Amino acid sequence: MNIWDRLAKIPRSFIFLIIGLSVFLPLLFKFTLPLNILKPVQEVYDFIENLPEGSSVILSCDYSPDVLPETHPMAIALARHMARKKLRVYILTLHPAGTGLALDVYNRMIKEMGARERKDVVFLGYFPSSTATILGIGENIRNVFKADYFGVPFDSIPAFEGVKNYNEIRLAISISGAALPEVWMTYANGRYGANVVAGVTAVMAAQLYPYYRSKQFIGILGGMRGAAEYEKLVNAQNLATKGMNSISLANFVMILFVILGNIAYFMQRRKRR
Amino acid sequence: MITTDLWIWLSAFLTLAIFSFLYKDNPLYRFAEHLFVGISAGYYGAIYWHNAIYRFIINPLTENFSTFYYKIVWPELFEGKVYLIPAFFSFLMYLIPLLLGLLFFTLIIPKYSWLIRYPIAFLMGVGAGLALYPSFKARILDQVKDTFLPQFSNSLHFLNAIIIFIGTFTVLSYFFFSKEHKGPLKVLSRIGIVFIMIGFGAAFGYTVMARISLLIGRFYFLIHDWIHII
Amino acid sequence: MKRQIPILIVFLVGLLGFLQYFVTGPISKGIYNTWLEWFQGVQGMAIIMAIISLTKRHWTNVRKGKNTIYSLITLFSLYGMMSLGLFIGIEKGSLFDKLYEYVMVPLNATTFSLLAFYMASAAYRAFKARSMEAILLLLSAFVLMIGLTSFGDMISKNLPYFAQWVLDVPNLAAQRGIVLGVALGVIATSLKIMLGIERSWLE
Repeated sequence: MNIWDRLAKIPRSFIFLIIGLSVFLPLLFKFTLPLNILKPVQEVYDFIENLPEGSSVILSCDYSPDVLPETHPMAIALARHMARKKLRVYILTLHPAGTGLALDVYNRMIKEMGARERKDVVFLGYFPSSTATILGIGENIRNVFKADYFGVPFDSIPAFEGVKNYNEIRLAISISGAALPEVWMTYANGRYGANVVAGVTAVMAAQLYPYYRSKQFIGILGGMRGAAEYEKLVNAQNLATKGMNSISLANFVMILFVILGNIAYFMQRRKRR
Repeated sequence: MITTDLWIWLSAFLTLAIFSFLYKDNPLYRFAEHLFVGISAGYYGAIYWHNAIYRFIINPLTENFSTFYYKIVWPELFEGKVYLIPAFFSFLMYLIPLLLGLLFFTLIIPKYSWLIRYPIAFLMGVGAGLALYPSFKARILDQVKDTFLPQFSNSLHFLNAIIIFIGTFTVLSYFFFSKEHKGPLKVLSRIGIVFIMIGFGAAFGYTVMARISLLIGRFYFLIHDWIHII
Repeated sequence: MKRQIPILIVFLVGLLGFLQYFVTGPISKGIYNTWLEWFQGVQGMAIIMAIISLTKRHWTNVRKGKNTIYSLITLFSLYGMMSLGLFIGIEKGSLFDKLYEYVMVPLNATTFSLLAFYMASAAYRAFKARSMEAILLLLSAFVLMIGLTSFGDMISKNLPYFAQWVLDVPNLAAQRGIVLGVALGVIATSLKIMLGIERSWLE
């Protein structure tokens, strides 16, 4: 077997080992590699930064634990920014497995970010029908949010004062591993003209650019890179920033494997001729 | 050093059980896989009961029924406050979704399993009706508007707008199968393929990053929450 | 009756859903809000179908003695988890919540994370630059995979912006074409279902 045959037949277990190490090893080190802020993320940051204090924002944590590494850091970084700006944040989830994670964001806002319970941040829990919920908010939030997750009635929550529908809600942020930001865009922006931001996994990000360009989304946070950029903007580097080291090395290793496979393929073909 | 929390040990054990599949299929992996299927279904069942079935059917039904019932049994309590007829009709109204939902159980009775078409028809109707107008507005009107009337502030943006226009048009030409791709249509569809390949390459690159991110999450859990190396 | 009434239900319910965008007023809104509540309730009850199908399949395995232990594990965990949620509660800190956090979450996340390894192996074996289209696809993927990571920022200040341009312009054009095509398909299919032309869902 010559070298090209060996290169063309690298065992699967070896590839698994190298990929595993390229993800694992950078996590052990504390350094952070440089990261530029790109336009889709910068526009989200600028929009929130320009909101006056006390503005109402919906933070919809529509993701499940399987996409946690990409989406949860986004939610926490956005929550940190909104807490700093003293906005009124309504946290809910449209994903059945998202309640625990959305509750974690709420608890962090209160314990770590200085937000006041029911004055600066409200946790509303899970709503089973995304379409009905988003459309319902557009008519009157009172019809949708009868009480918060802990049973406190709508009228007893100061954060809802003066808020009826999307006319008073300045921004709706949907963070999801599925197509829920598109549902927010279709109904909240499409029907009521609401401002919508999408925080999505990298798998979904490439598909949303047509809506970003046509201003149906204010901006997009795409994957772990989007989360890392936002963490850098709010000066609170965490899992996403650390994870960028691993992604960088793993991507590089994967490209190397593809190039090696192609070189071996072409050399073998040339030899056969 | 290593955690003493038994729940985290359980999570770590299940994580490693799934990872063992990378070596080969084994009973530990199959145990974890079947546990995952069962526990996920049970989780969603309980969540949908509390947040959908109870919230939107059982609770309104029982509230309206008790209002109606107590009005008959204990009229003094509701004197001037509750009207009998609206409560009765509200009760009847919420019976409809309950009956529709119960028809799902006919799946287990082969002779009557055709009844499941009714609730499915209801869900399909709602889905189709709600999707029509928003799909047209958000996915067609707004996208066509931006393609033909783009906003640009300098010559680079104008060039980008031209490229987007050409790309969108040629990609749609590629997917037009009512006519054979010959002559000008062939040229357009060949250009469309170039854009499609760039789009798919971008999607692949992003997908790789997404999958690596999931792996980062699991390794981080093992070395941070379980073994406390970092 | 078995086919006509479901088709009539689809038509009437779909028409109601479509018309409510154009007919505004308190009575229309009232009907619409009630109809949405029905939808959420019935949609929630659709989980019953999934649970029944799963139970049937695994119970059949148990009766036939095929993969008995694994099927029993599935059934036990399904009904155990559901019973905990229904009878004990789903509040934070409950046993249901703990099982979700320490059993379901790791299983879910780890199963999906296996894809990273298989993706690397598949890319190595299958991604060959045999044609111009394949070369374009590979180049586009490489630009993004390096440009959108920290290595891209280290190689050149402009590489991330070039990767962003690839996303903003040629990728956007391709995705827009696909979005338009899919949207037209969705509208056509929705109309066909509502008008009873498409009846495959009745089977």
